Amino acid sequence: MSIDHTTVRHIARLARLAVADDAVAPLARELERVLALADQLTTADLSGIAPMAHPHAQPLAWREDRVTEPDRADAFLALAPDARGGLYLVPKVIE
Amino acid sequence: MSTQWQPVIGLEIHAQLATHSKLFSGAPTAYGAEPNTQAAAVDIALPGTLPVPNRAALEKAIAFGLSVDATIARDSVFARKNYFYPDLPKGYQISQYERPIVAEGRLAVRLDDGRTLDVRIERAHIEEDAGKSLHDAFHAATGIDLNRAGTPLLEIVSAPVLHSAQEAVAYMRTVHTLVRWLGICDGNMQEGSFRCDANVSVRPAGVEKLGTRTEIKNVNSFRFVEKAIEYEIERQIRALENGETIVQETRLYDPAHHRTRPMRSKESADDYRYFPDPDLPPLAVDEALIARVRDGLPELPQQRQARYVAALGLPEADAAQLCADRATADYFEAVLAAAPGEAKVCANWVLGELAAALNDAAVPIERSNVSAAALAGLLVRVREGAISGKTAKEVFAAMWAGEGDADSVIAARGLRQISDSGALAATIDAVLAEFPKQTADYRAGNEKLLQFFVGQAMKRTRGQANPQQLNALLVEKLAG
Amino acid sequence: MSAATPPVSIARLAADLAARRVSAAELAQDALAAARAQTSLNAFVTLDDAGATAAAQAADVSLARGAAPALTGIPCAHKDIFCTDGVRTTCASRMLEQFVPPYDASVVERLKAGGAVAIGKTNLDEFAMGSSNENSAFGAVCNPWDPTRVPGGSSGGSAAAVAAGIVPFATGTDTGGSIRQPAAFCGITGLKPTYGRVSRWGMIAFASSLDCGGVLARSAEDCAHVLGAIAGHDARDATSVDRAAEDYVGALQQPLAGLRIGIAREYFGAGIDDAVAHGVRAALAELEKRGAKLVEVSLPNAHLAIPAYYVIAPAEASSNLARYDGVRYGHRCANPTSLEDLYTRSRAEGFGAEVKRRILVGTYALSAGYYDAYYLRAQRVRRLIANDFTAAFDTCDLIAGPTTPSVAFALGEKSGDPLAMYAADVNTVAVNLAGLPAISLPAGFDRGLPFGLQLIAPAFAEARLLTAGHALQQATDFHTRRPDADSHGSRRPGVPA
Repeated sequence: MSIDHTTVRHIARLARLAVADDAVAPLARELERVLALADQLTTADLSGIAPMAHPHAQPLAWREDRVTEPDRADAFLALAPDARGGLYLVPKVIE
Repeated sequence: MSTQWQPVIGLEIHAQLATHSKLFSGAPTAYGAEPNTQAAAVDIALPGTLPVPNRAALEKAIAFGLSVDATIARDSVFARKNYFYPDLPKGYQISQYERPIVAEGRLAVRLDDGRTLDVRIERAHIEEDAGKSLHDAFHAATGIDLNRAGTPLLEIVSAPVLHSAQEAVAYMRTVHTLVRWLGICDGNMQEGSFRCDANVSVRPAGVEKLGTRTEIKNVNSFRFVEKAIEYEIERQIRALENGETIVQETRLYDPAHHRTRPMRSKESADDYRYFPDPDLPPLAVDEALIARVRDGLPELPQQRQARYVAALGLPEADAAQLCADRATADYFEAVLAAAPGEAKVCANWVLGELAAALNDAAVPIERSNVSAAALAGLLVRVREGAISGKTAKEVFAAMWAGEGDADSVIAARGLRQISDSGALAATIDAVLAEFPKQTADYRAGNEKLLQFFVGQAMKRTRGQANPQQLNALLVEKLAG
Repeated sequence: MSAATPPVSIARLAADLAARRVSAAELAQDALAAARAQTSLNAFVTLDDAGATAAAQAADVSLARGAAPALTGIPCAHKDIFCTDGVRTTCASRMLEQFVPPYDASVVERLKAGGAVAIGKTNLDEFAMGSSNENSAFGAVCNPWDPTRVPGGSSGGSAAAVAAGIVPFATGTDTGGSIRQPAAFCGITGLKPTYGRVSRWGMIAFASSLDCGGVLARSAEDCAHVLGAIAGHDARDATSVDRAAEDYVGALQQPLAGLRIGIAREYFGAGIDDAVAHGVRAALAELEKRGAKLVEVSLPNAHLAIPAYYVIAPAEASSNLARYDGVRYGHRCANPTSLEDLYTRSRAEGFGAEVKRRILVGTYALSAGYYDAYYLRAQRVRRLIANDFTAAFDTCDLIAGPTTPSVAFALGEKSGDPLAMYAADVNTVAVNLAGLPAISLPAGFDRGLPFGLQLIAPAFAEARLLTAGHALQQATDFHTRRPDADSHGSRRPGVPA
């Protein structure tokens, strides 16, 4: 599986990771090597085999519809790099 | 160019499910709280937090599915929809993709012209809502409020089977009525609990292939949906007739300028990389749960409407109007129960005088100044003949203003109709005596003069003569 | 207790505490001092003197009252991936360098409730991604047996802390071998429970369907004590199994007789060091002498475990790590010029190379056009691998093999070659794919460096692992050896207690 530079940039964009220009080529090589590992999966006979998303077949447990969480705005906002007026701030987004 | 164009519209409605707590956390969902005071650790995606789903959200989704004759998936799956936006704390939204809880349903939509449209609903699924971005809170910054993040939504997706803005709005209203009727969503569009995205495309009439569609997002009123779709259809037709191509994009409706415009921030089409959420095993739904939800369903609006037509003899239009809102239908039935008899009369009052009063006061029927029992009391007096229909309106107005129930108002204002035949006879005699010439003319054959005598008798009784009795007695006496 | 004193079992410490031969406060102070005396190991990211002192004080009060829970006053450490309320939790990443969680992980809560005294947070591979603890933003951890070598990863700090005698036990997480492999490299016992046995609430996620919280300690017996405290259902984790914890300590004394141990031929493949293979077989022979039956089994799809793992784990990680965006907590770049700049720069600065690599691989594997060929296919291979185990357990009760292909490799030896690093996980990752419990037990030394025997059990059969582990540890003394406290820098074999 060959990974070109456009693909690296595209994937980096999807993942919101800044990649320096001189890092693109080495990253492409690295990704190729890891994905080459994955190509070994094509050797398996998967007829009749369903994907396994969870190790154990267990039913989903539901929660009763009750308010159980107190207001911890102060404690949580204090963790933020930039929070003012009770809001988390980011550079202005234009829609 | 004389191409006939057919608009093709599909609606994606997001109905906020009326649960007390959020879909995946125990934070409250009440509207209007101070920013970020209703965002638990799970909602702000603190490291190490995990989602645990709310049972009531599932039950409400199933209720909707059953109400539209849809298939309820016995094992559906929560999936992650991955994208970055500041109001999406985890960097993914927990939604449903390949196996939604509700699949393939249908909803009968009554159009204004009396036709009924059978609209196919492709799917409905549960997902969490994002927070809110406030772009004007700070200079050069956008403020994020995560109170709404994690609120449960039911996304209802119609097939692209609507062909005009009017059909789209009729469908949207029908869904709006249904979700409120079921008690699964409060339908408050100002507060954002009922939002609509419209997918709009056009194609030449007779052509199968769908045209490129645009998506108009987050329109929050019936009127705006209609205008936005109308504008978009026009815009697309004009563009295509000009030889342009339609760009597949997301647009917003700008009510100030009555047009849609592209959303500026959207980059190249996002690849959401859906995959089953590893933190949530599949939702196993068993027959017992479905039966329980089904048993808890109220009589549906479409069923009630049919009953009003068949059993009560109401015209379709009246039945539809009464059933536009469960509270109204319940009110109507309460009036009917306490004043059995003419369903049409009750309907007329509920849809007429009462509706006008509610409208003027900008008050929902649940907060009506005149209760169903009180209105029934009024209607009973009318039917008995204690007051005329005309007087009843005056009495109603007084009741609405708080003067008391029907009997108190009638007594206080001395509005009792004169139905006593002796008193009426005396009045008639006096009138006939006062107008001998007209009496003679009538007896000679001018029967149109009856109205003259009715008018005079009414004047003498200050409008309180029972018209039917008066009429009958007058005819009798005039006959000699 | 000085660093040269032989390691003492949790049971023995508990007895000493109960008899007031030693106080919880003294044990806590000794542990903190031992940590400070061995900073060259770089096993700790944070030491919490105030918390430890307070917890020890409370423990002493509880002990004086009597009927204190089994772990009261026992010092421990938490892998710095478990959220600790009020105590910095970094995941060994610049992204969370200053992050102080406002809540405790379930594992932390349960150990606190059990009276254990946490002295600090141990170093790890960043976000649990690694097999050598060289991927930490705060520097590599050294193997106490030989400081030029890796302790293993990702729970390298926890393994080193226990092996060096700083604490009797430490918590760890195991997604592809991250408890078992460092336990093997450091000559201690590491237990990975069944997936869902231990709550993941507060355990910062790497790969959600693979991550397991567990324990590193001196012995199977010690692991049994800790597992009893941390195992159990938690309504805050929807993947937590609703199944009561068992009496793991009671299970230790179960007889071994008749236990069938399956020797998986694939685990003794070409890449395994002769010395390790030989030593592991000798350890199995000891178990046979004590009544176990050795049988041959096969796991035909074992060679697909690494490819499947290195698709599934990065895919889940790429999604789990999307929340680190500089908005609500964690690292934010200076003077972001736009939202995009905020995201891309904060994340590029906050994450190390291996983490970035895996995020990119994972994003690719889930992306449009590749989902079926990579992620979906890997999930199907996963089921094949799980089916292999189910079939093998038809003829045996436990499956055995070397935990790792070799003893600890040198620092820097594999860090430049991610694939060589991944290959070291060959015997451990399949266990995570199948969600099974497994234990690594000290099984010998090669050139003065420890290696481990891995036992794998069917789901929820941790007790059986502990029975077998305890039996082995009655018959051998590898688990009692400690790296010589003065010999950091030498390669002399460890001195028996």
